[in-house]
Amino acid sequence: MKQALLALENGTVFTGIAFGDENAEAQGEVVFNTAMTGYQEAMTDPSYKGQILTFTYPHIGNTGVNSFDVESDSIKAEGIIVKEVAKTYSNWRAEKSLSDYLKEEGRIGIEGIDTRELVRVLRSEGAMRGIISASGTAEELVERAKNLPSMAGLNLADVVTTKKAYTFEPVEGDDLLAEAPEVKTRYNVAAFDFGIKRNILRRLHAHGCNVTVYPASTSAEEILATNPDGVFLSNGPGDPEPLEQAQQTIRDLMGKKPIFGICLGHQLIGLACGASSYKLKFGHRGANHPVKNLLTGAIEITSQNHGFAIDLDSMPDELELTHVNLNDNTVSGLRHRTVDMFCVQYHPESSPGTHDSEYLFAQFVEMMAAKKI
Amino acid sequence: MPKRNDISSVLVIGSGPIVIGQACEFDYSGTQACKALREEGIRVILINSNPATIMTDPEIADATYIEPIESDYIEEIIKREKPDAILPTVGGQVALNAAMDLYRNGILEKHGVELIGSKVESIDKAEDRLLFKDAMDRCGLEMAKGRFVHTYDEGMDLVKEIGFPVIIRPSFTLGGSGGGVAYNMEEFEEKLRHGLTSSPTSQVLIEESILGWKEYELEVMRDTKDNVVIICSIENFDPMGVHTGDSITVAPAQTLTDREYQMMRDASLKIIREIGVETGGSNIQFALQPETGRLIVIEMNPRVSRSSALASKATGFPIAKIAAKLAIGYTLDEITNDITKKTPACFEPTIDYVVTKIPRWDFEKFKGVEDRLTVQMKSVGEVMSFGRTFKESFQKAIRSLEKNRHGFGFDKPLYLEQTEIGDAELEHLKTRLAIRSSTSLFDLCDAMRFGISDEEIYAITRYDRWFIAQCREIVNAAHTIRDEFNDVKSWTAPILKHFKGMGFSDVQLASLCGVSQAEARERRLELLVIPVFKSVDTCAAEFESSTPYHYSTYETENESVISDRKKVIILGGGPNRIGQGIEFDYCCVQGVFALRKMGYEAIMINCNPETVSTDYDTTDKLYFEPLTFEDVMNVIDLEQPEGVVLAFGGQTPLKLANQLEEAGVTILGTSPEGIDLAEDRERFSDVLKGLNIPCPAYGTTTAVEEAVEIANSIGYPVLVRPSYVLGGRAMQICYRDDAIREYMRYALSESPDRPILIDQFLENAYEFDVDAVSDGEKVIVTGIMQHIEEAGIHSGDSSCVLPPYNISNEQIERIRQYTTQLAHALKAIGLVNIQFALKDDKLYVLEVNPRASRTVPFVSKATGVPVAQVATRVMLGEKLADMDVHDMNLHPGRVAIKESVFPFNKFPKSNHFLGPEMRSTGEVMGIDSNFGSAIFKSRISSGNRLPLAGRVFISLSNHDKTQRAVEMAKGYSELGFELWATTGTAEFLNENGIESTTINKHYQSRPSIIDLLKNGEIDLVINTPTGESARYDEFIMGRTAMENKVPFLSTLAAASASIEGVRTRVEGGVSITSMQDYYRTDV
Repeated sequence: MKQALLALENGTVFTGIAFGDENAEAQGEVVFNTAMTGYQEAMTDPSYKGQILTFTYPHIGNTGVNSFDVESDSIKAEGIIVKEVAKTYSNWRAEKSLSDYLKEEGRIGIEGIDTRELVRVLRSEGAMRGIISASGTAEELVERAKNLPSMAGLNLADVVTTKKAYTFEPVEGDDLLAEAPEVKTRYNVAAFDFGIKRNILRRLHAHGCNVTVYPASTSAEEILATNPDGVFLSNGPGDPEPLEQAQQTIRDLMGKKPIFGICLGHQLIGLACGASSYKLKFGHRGANHPVKNLLTGAIEITSQNHGFAIDLDSMPDELELTHVNLNDNTVSGLRHRTVDMFCVQYHPESSPGTHDSEYLFAQFVEMMAAKKI
Repeated sequence: MPKRNDISSVLVIGSGPIVIGQACEFDYSGTQACKALREEGIRVILINSNPATIMTDPEIADATYIEPIESDYIEEIIKREKPDAILPTVGGQVALNAAMDLYRNGILEKHGVELIGSKVESIDKAEDRLLFKDAMDRCGLEMAKGRFVHTYDEGMDLVKEIGFPVIIRPSFTLGGSGGGVAYNMEEFEEKLRHGLTSSPTSQVLIEESILGWKEYELEVMRDTKDNVVIICSIENFDPMGVHTGDSITVAPAQTLTDREYQMMRDASLKIIREIGVETGGSNIQFALQPETGRLIVIEMNPRVSRSSALASKATGFPIAKIAAKLAIGYTLDEITNDITKKTPACFEPTIDYVVTKIPRWDFEKFKGVEDRLTVQMKSVGEVMSFGRTFKESFQKAIRSLEKNRHGFGFDKPLYLEQTEIGDAELEHLKTRLAIRSSTSLFDLCDAMRFGISDEEIYAITRYDRWFIAQCREIVNAAHTIRDEFNDVKSWTAPILKHFKGMGFSDVQLASLCGVSQAEARERRLELLVIPVFKSVDTCAAEFESSTPYHYSTYETENESVISDRKKVIILGGGPNRIGQGIEFDYCCVQGVFALRKMGYEAIMINCNPETVSTDYDTTDKLYFEPLTFEDVMNVIDLEQPEGVVLAFGGQTPLKLANQLEEAGVTILGTSPEGIDLAEDRERFSDVLKGLNIPCPAYGTTTAVEEAVEIANSIGYPVLVRPSYVLGGRAMQICYRDDAIREYMRYALSESPDRPILIDQFLENAYEFDVDAVSDGEKVIVTGIMQHIEEAGIHSGDSSCVLPPYNISNEQIERIRQYTTQLAHALKAIGLVNIQFALKDDKLYVLEVNPRASRTVPFVSKATGVPVAQVATRVMLGEKLADMDVHDMNLHPGRVAIKESVFPFNKFPKSNHFLGPEMRSTGEVMGIDSNFGSAIFKSRISSGNRLPLAGRVFISLSNHDKTQRAVEMAKGYSELGFELWATTGTAEFLNENGIESTTINKHYQSRPSIIDLLKNGEIDLVINTPTGESARYDEFIMGRTAMENKVPFLSTLAAASASIEGVRTRVEGGVSITSMQDYYRTDV
């Protein structure tokens, strides 16, 4: 057992025990996620790049780690913070322990701290920069935390995006425990990778899309040259504002191809159309956020992971608010009034989270089908 | 969708008496529902036969009917009150069944009343096995393979389809008896034959065995706009094979990946939509094969349930309240989350702690019943606890049970003394481990400390490996304490905090270090290791909340904000058990009401998730904590209250009186000294002598022969029992020397040092229960109740009548006088309960309890005087003279009868004759303008519907062949009943000029009474037991009557009293009166 410290930029220091790679250090924005299941999916979600992830549920690691419940090829969160990490895991699909997984990937975790107190600090003071380390002194770590780059203005999508285009091929196990709709026609979809989650690809595929994944910097011309049936804009880490090239690409593609965006993709659509974005105090991260679909009146329990949002008051007339977060009335979904383009701030692919919003994939497919006829 | 405007009045159906499987959780949900509906301006009409409920308080509904929950009575209520709708989903299975009866009898249609919450079709689909199976097929969900069969051949064909092992369950047998698991053809053939014979309908359910699978429950809510949310997931510690009510359960689910959890959530959404529960809550049970993840649907309850009460308490999301609002048309997004006050109720709670529920069993009350947990629920109560880890929550739950255990083992010297066992014992331990019983947890602890590997434990028990690992961590930590930190001086704050965070109690630490609890506590306080209190807020701290709902843990930040108001803490009653049930929670809640009215901050400590007292909405502040000295002191130290009320929660808080007083806590009401004076037999006897009040002669001893001498000097019969016990445990009436000897040998083998009390038994005496309130000066008698059964039957089991029906004014005056004298002698402040026996005009005092009694709610309901509230005011210094309360102010034209309800149907091997040992789980009240109507109602409500015509079978013990029996038989005969009797009884009746038909006893030739019962040819059984223990044939007769639902009366007194009931019902029909109308006439 090696002692570790979590130092926050406001000078707060928590003392706990290191796990995973005890020699590693984690630096980033400290955020919290309130989902009670799905730690493996969350940790591997590229949207957590640059962030240290606190789990509010106190027992993490109970079901170990398996090869299928990953959202990317590696752990993307810089480090993790838990109340207690499981020493023994139990699940029919488990292959190794969470601690071993972190160790293999060179990531550090800290356990044994009052995570609820931490969450209350983050809730009242906002997400903060912080460091997990099993070596430095408290003072030194706080000082370094203060000097970490701020999340606002940070382009992290370029860090996590794929280096070259590839076509998604599902592997065995991708469809495990998930339902698939009946598919008659398949569509070609070009997906921009700003930090795309694997389950988006799995769900698009299950709904009949053959997906080609492109680097974030791919131009509209390159995409149009392949003549896809639709364009998908993925989730991803960081601030949408610096991603000016992507915003331009969206403007170039609008009206030419049906477009569907999730999370960062949603923010980029907003910005491309002239709305502005802002940083939320501590973001929405969890699997229980109620969203109302204003077109149907129905409520979805959604999976969310975002620190920025589109400002409702800044939305131009051509954008229509379609979904609203019932907890704080922030913008949760948009569509364009004249062209085939819609997006949601949350994660219909869930993973972790509910399957309440699967219909959005079907909606995207319908949009492409209508164009194809 | 806003509130429906076509509903302005709703009839809420309650759940009736507390029985195994249906406890006070329905008082909690019903009360919430009534309050929620009235908030919306809806007129609420309520029916519930259980007077010990908060929901039947006159303030909770607009019109409250304490009447039998039965079509006849409900129809009368519908006629009078003309409700627009009926809400049947908050009163358990009783309410659902009553609603279905109303539908089948055409009453709903006739009066144009609508069912809200669940529709008839949904209830049918969820409850009918075949319809449910079809529904699951449509959802594409699996159920366990199998079906009902009626013949041997059908069964043989089916087993070939399913394969082994299979479960065989005969339908409609008592306690599910006659079933089992078959692993091979030979076993199967035998069990199938046996099952077909033992089922009264020759119906047997054969299913693939899913024993050992993981078991889960999801609490689901849906609104009229088809929004569905999951409130809570619950994982059972015990795998399939143990009834979920008997399982240790944990929230949220611990061993599911998100993919598996979502698969279960998807299934739940499909199910609630397919079954069509339009509004409100449901609970769905699943089994998961641990090796493959195969998911099977077990069942669904289309109503709020025990699990939804647990889920509400575990998450802070008030399911019943929201369900009631949804039922009148609101949708989830229109309702605000009570706790955050900002976010909507349409969300899924997320929690940042672990909740553990452990059931409590009272097997020792039922002689001959095996302590074994099966698919039939046997627990009588439960506790719940919070912790930031499973280990903490689990150990807290164990000490909440009040089974004298202070955690997962290591709480007794035994754990240090015996650290290894021999091979034979080890094998025996493994055998025990394979059988689930009320002590399985401690077998698990033993298995671990005696070196059985986790893998072997898994193979034997099938507890999930994660749970096993958690338990192993506790055992390892205990060994570390024992080996490395066994000197309290070696403790440091971080080390101690680490162990406290794993849930170790001071008692465990003390035991592991060989010091006293006080020493361990002192050292802990010296190191400043004290718990902090976290909030239950539905959202894992994501949003601000001001919920006054807390639990303790050993972390850094305390969230419980201490107000500057004057505070009083009330200690609750802990888990329900036989002898201490809902009545005490009722008193606690009444106490809270009184304190709040008086402007105090009322703080509750309790650990029973079923109760109204643990609704965060009831109190100003709720601490969900075990009721041990350590845990209670943690709260007291933080809150610094003016005082603590111990008198309402039964024995549980009283046990702490001395320790709390020594710790300098102000105890409100009667002092611990006064309590001790009443409970210590010697001292109490001196008090009585001083006042010249008679009591039965008695003696105490720890020696067998001395006991015989004492008995002879007192004169037989005598009542023997261990001293200082609750609920008449292990009491017996002895008529002879050998019976005394046998009892003494047994009692001494159980606890050699505890003295045995031998009392004169007043045979054929009338017994009275008296409730009073004293302020130290004035004493007001709030109720004098006369028992129907003679002395010798535990007061908690006998029926009693208010006002007394067979007593002179002078005798009443003497009761008042003795009551006043005794209250003064004990310096009682607050409630006093006294039991008297009247024999040959001599009034004996049997027992005085200067605290809340079981009869307080009954008296309060019958008289309309909130007795516990009056007592609370007195405890805080108000004077009775300044209050508008009077002696026994029951309206003369009113009779209220309390009758007890027993769990014999769950314990087929237990005898059903009443005695000095209390065994009832609940009570009902029958109230009307006359004795006959009141008793007819109380009989129906307690599950003994008296026939209005037909055949009465009579079998009397020789002891009961009296003039009174003749009158009784004549009574039934005059009412037109045909009398059937056993040979001896028939002769006796004949000698007294009453004709009857003779019928064989069970062991005589056939046809016997058993055949008649099975054929439905007997409408009422009157059988008084022959002696100290009932004979086997009487036992079989009682059991057959129960199986065939024939009312059964086991005392002459009950049989005589019932005649009046039948007569009044035949002549007068069905009458109903609301409590509000009764009380109006009192003014």
